[in-house]
Amino acid sequence: MSEKKTDGEILLDIRHLTHIFSFPKRVTVKAVNDVSFQIRRGEIFGLVGESGSGKSTIARCIMNIYRPCAGEIIYKGVNVCDLKQLRKNKRMLDTTRQLIFQDSSSSLNPRMKVCDIIEEPMRIQRTNPPRGSYRAEAEFQLYYVGMDASYLDKYPAELSGGQRQRVAIARALAMEPELLVADEPIASLDVSIQAQIVNLFRHLKKEHGFSFLFIAHDLSMVEFLCDRAGVMYKGELVETAPVKKLFENPQHPYTKRLLAAVPIPDPGRERARKGNRW
Amino acid sequence: MSELLEVKNLSVSFSTSSGEVQAVRNVSFSLKAGEVLAVVGESGCGKSVLCKSIMKLLPSNAKIKQGSITVNGADITAYRERDMCRLRGKLFSMVFQDPMTALNPTMTVGAQIAEAVRVREPGISKTGLRDRVMQLMDLVGIDSPGERMEQYPYHFSGGMRQRSVMAIALAGNPRILFADEPTTALDVTIQAQILDLFRDIQKKLGTATVFVTHDFGVVAGVADRVAVMYAGKIVEIGTAEEIFYDARHPYTWGLMKSLPAFSKGQDTLYTIPGMPPTLVNPPKGDVFACRNEYALEIDYQEEPPMFRVTDTHYAATWLLDERAPKVVSPVGGIKV
Repeated sequence: MSEKKTDGEILLDIRHLTHIFSFPKRVTVKAVNDVSFQIRRGEIFGLVGESGSGKSTIARCIMNIYRPCAGEIIYKGVNVCDLKQLRKNKRMLDTTRQLIFQDSSSSLNPRMKVCDIIEEPMRIQRTNPPRGSYRAEAEFQLYYVGMDASYLDKYPAELSGGQRQRVAIARALAMEPELLVADEPIASLDVSIQAQIVNLFRHLKKEHGFSFLFIAHDLSMVEFLCDRAGVMYKGELVETAPVKKLFENPQHPYTKRLLAAVPIPDPGRERARKGNRW
Repeated sequence: MSELLEVKNLSVSFSTSSGEVQAVRNVSFSLKAGEVLAVVGESGCGKSVLCKSIMKLLPSNAKIKQGSITVNGADITAYRERDMCRLRGKLFSMVFQDPMTALNPTMTVGAQIAEAVRVREPGISKTGLRDRVMQLMDLVGIDSPGERMEQYPYHFSGGMRQRSVMAIALAGNPRILFADEPTTALDVTIQAQILDLFRDIQKKLGTATVFVTHDFGVVAGVADRVAVMYAGKIVEIGTAEEIFYDARHPYTWGLMKSLPAFSKGQDTLYTIPGMPPTLVNPPKGDVFACRNEYALEIDYQEEPPMFRVTDTHYAATWLLDERAPKVVSPVGGIKV
């Protein structure tokens, strides 16, 4: 990591974010309600909560896919909700923020080869490839996520779930982002593949100081990977704390309930706990 | 207790353009009445194919190469579709992974459960049918079934949909329930509810369950016995306690070690090196050898037989041979 990037600098500041979906017949759903948190440089921030609690909506607001109804999202001093500032800093915002989706089979174009998929963001941004050609750059990124050059000319359908997720990560890394927003990147993978992807994230953070917003519902992975975590419940952020504190001493009753639902890989203890629950 | 289901030396192959895929190879196990057997393994190791081949729900390019399936004392290996139809639902039924694709989006949930009931009891009266549907929805924990049965699947949340799928599966009072990754698509809190429900139903109805999953955490709460599958074979089988506290196969160790609970406080999670082999031409010897850090020379030449550890615990690894070097298991009851 270069000296200029000091740890602890606030990279992303979310202030009182609210997003409301409107449906016909005046039905509205408050998906995100007055949420505030910060992500520091070089930090992995975990966002947990059950499905429908608004985690993905926050990710999409950060990436300018949704326009929030109220609140501010300050990324590197730029308010991304302000269209004027957004236009002015478009290139910086487009290159330094990247999103990884949950379902890699639908977020990769099945008609494009792996090399085209990884090159696409570079072509769109017309970046100067530091390694000579776009293909060499794609090869480097692929190698970086643990796959060799033989995969460059394959189609996504020829890859396994874990490999596809790696390609999606390589595509995000091609722009050398500073903030990676990962929306349940491991939810659809096998346990042993999950471990590989989580190790990759750890490595990226340690060696390159990437900052992550890691969205998940698997608490044990969040405990292992993240520095700080926030718990979402029905659109509200009910608790934010360093991971260790959150798991050892949960404050909010919903956090306690969430922690109690994590299965323990130990039949004796799991059964003893079951007995208590009934 | 008598054996309700007995599978002996079952092998299933798919004929594809790239050759014969041996999805299930020489699998033997048995299931007693009222017992929960968990089948654990990575994707593509033949867990689902095993369930589907017992229910004979495989596509037409699949073929049972050898072995026998005995249910309730009757050999069903050679049964034709017409005979199987009589068994499905009554004797065994299945809960699928994704509740959204398992339900028909154009029918109300009540109508879908009623359909399953009517197939099993053709002469049932209209009020009797309604009562039975209400009773089933109540059994799987759907509140106010009277209103809910008029609603469509898209009105239901993921957990509620999975409950409805279970109600359909239980409509014919099956003796055996196959659950193919029933909680993979659900989040943690709903998963805990569904797992509790499985235990609850199993206690109430005494249904034997084959529970397919890739998550060892889930297994601990539901299973009486555990079978670990790798590349189409059962490599280790035993009671839940034996597998969790005294696993013998290196693959079982690997699967357990990759759980985050095991790597707490460490820098990286353990991963099993390499990828599962393709099953078109499985390598000679032990298929796990090339990913196994404890592999012996014989692993590359000869397939290990099932070694007996106790009367209920068997494992297929040469490490259990008396000539093998002694290896201390890296996992022995995970301390959380």
